[in-house]
Amino acid sequence: MKPVFTYTKGMLPVSTSYCPGCTHGIAHRLIMEVLEENGKLGDTVGVAPIGCSVLAHQFMNVDMCEAAHGRAPAVATGIRRAQPHKVVFTYQGDGDLASIGMSEIIAAAARGERFSTFFINNGIYGMTGGQIAPTTLIGQRGTTAVEGRTKAQFGMPIKMCELIAQLECAVYVERVALNTPANVRKAKKAVQKAFEVQEKGLGFSFVEFLSTCPTNWGLTPSDALQWVSDKMIPYYPLGVYRAPQPEGGQA
Amino acid sequence: MAEKVLMKGNEAFAEAAMRGGCRFYFGYPITPQSEIPEYMSRELPKRGGVFVQAESELGAINMTYGAGAAGGSVFISSSSPGIALMQEGMSFLCSAEVPAVILNVSRCGPGIGGIQPGQADYFQATRGGGNGDYHMPVFAPCNMQEAVDIIYEAPALADKWRTPVMILADGMMGQMMEPVALPDPKPFVEPEEIPANKPWAITGYAKKPGGARAVVKSLRMQPEALEEHVERLFARYDAAKAELTRYECIGLEDAELVFVAYGTIARLTLEVIEMLAEQGIKAGLIRPISLWPFPYEAFDQIGKRTKVVVSAELSMGQLIEDVYRGVNGRLPVELIHRTGGIIPTSIEVAQKAKAILEGLK
Ligand SMILES: Cc1ncc(C[n+]2csc(CCOP(=O)(O)OP(=O)(O)O)c2C)c(N)n1
Ligand code: SF4
Repeated sequence: MKPVFTYTKGMLPVSTSYCPGCTHGIAHRLIMEVLEENGKLGDTVGVAPIGCSVLAHQFMNVDMCEAAHGRAPAVATGIRRAQPHKVVFTYQGDGDLASIGMSEIIAAAARGERFSTFFINNGIYGMTGGQIAPTTLIGQRGTTAVEGRTKAQFGMPIKMCELIAQLECAVYVERVALNTPANVRKAKKAVQKAFEVQEKGLGFSFVEFLSTCPTNWGLTPSDALQWVSDKMIPYYPLGVYRAPQPEGGQA
Repeated sequence: MAEKVLMKGNEAFAEAAMRGGCRFYFGYPITPQSEIPEYMSRELPKRGGVFVQAESELGAINMTYGAGAAGGSVFISSSSPGIALMQEGMSFLCSAEVPAVILNVSRCGPGIGGIQPGQADYFQATRGGGNGDYHMPVFAPCNMQEAVDIIYEAPALADKWRTPVMILADGMMGQMMEPVALPDPKPFVEPEEIPANKPWAITGYAKKPGGARAVVKSLRMQPEALEEHVERLFARYDAAKAELTRYECIGLEDAELVFVAYGTIARLTLEVIEMLAEQGIKAGLIRPISLWPFPYEAFDQIGKRTKVVVSAELSMGQLIEDVYRGVNGRLPVELIHRTGGIIPTSIEVAQKAKAILEGLK
């Protein structure tokens, strides 16, 4: 008998720390699958953030380090210089990347750092228990806004892909979602593309995953997936925000 | 063969770091050390090294952490407020055991303070400005040659003890021109050599001898695991103390008054001692070169004739806390200080020293 679905060697055979229905695990698996398929697991260095995925280095089968909250892009900049021929990536949540680490991510993207950032947008601070994040939608509740986010108090949620795509040296920018099998397949293609751009030395690549946090959203896993479709995707449109011009095409 | 040249302090510091094997520099402009990133931007790429102008000191220290964790030999520099911003990163480097060389060409504070030389970062440097239980070796040279020699040696010490090493200089030393003998350059380590030299580094495990996966981290959720980790760090500090503790003692045997001073003010104190000698007053000096580990044992060399120990510093009384510990109640301890960026004249210090001796009568 031929197995049709197996573990990827990219994930270590341990249980993760993620809640049931959390899509952090899917994002992990996609990244690791692509690295395994590319034969790069032994030639990759990853940076884990502060957030629920701080323990990513216990699950992902590549050399990794932790970074202080928000600083992963600076850490990856240093790794890239010391190991110019390895695959380098950061994996960051929305509090980590879009709040405390805004300076580091924008600066790294502006410099066109040759690494890939995988950005988990679950619209909330997961690890610290559901406070409002820069990406929390208007009306969405958090423990620091029990009546829901208002524009008057918090301003509008930040659209990171749109922001990063302004920067010329950020050569690949795409937003994907982890809510349906079809979208998961598209997400994997985006990961492939990000690594491809990195290996070609074209510049910085950025993939935003619309992700779930059923625990802090107060939803069941399946309702959480539905919420991504109904609420998140309309505000955070999926698609490619910037891509290298095809060879021979107009720049 | 050492090469003798006349150089500005900041440029000599940068040169010494490169010659000591530091291939990576991540910097952000701040007075009085901006000549260092400028010099590095010109010199490092020529020699096969890497210069990055970071977005902030937070960026710089975290680039240092990344490059160091990936096995690179890193030198960075800043001045007081910039060093303050780096403290979070230093705590991470210490816990994750990532080597690096960090130079503080200090100015005066608090806050943005001023740009004149100061020594008010003593607590920040020696007490750990970041969170948690940690130390890092801190060296405070008092002239350019000593600074060049210790910066040149620092990358090897950092690698050996798996720790960041700090050099605490001040704006006076950074801006001054002096002749120095520059030691011979050590070759840079190539990325391909790192997996064998530093198996703990995150280089990708494909080419690593043994092929073990590396993780560089500081998080330990289990209290027992964290306690064990911190105790292991402290056991290493104990093992390193003999090699890292450095100081100079001058004229302690028959000194009536013993100064304790480091850096720029220590250099000035040598003049004060001569001045006092001309007036028939014998003074000596304990000059800590390592501020951490602090050379408490030097105080055992204080002779029977000594009546008072004086902490001379460009801060409001920070070094004096270690002087109290060194003296350990055996003698009275006094403070001679200026702050705000003012360096006293040797006449002023000599007068204050005489007044202290008078007051004891
Ligand atoms: C300097 C600092 N500030 C605050 C924290 C506390 N903290 C830990 S995780 C986190 C938020 C993580 O949220 P996010 O990045 O959205 O990731 P998620 O947990 O949702 O995956 C915060 C604020 C910290 N560890 N360090
Ligand atoms: S708290 Fe939210 S983001 Fe964190 S593991 Fe649970 S579901 Fe996932």
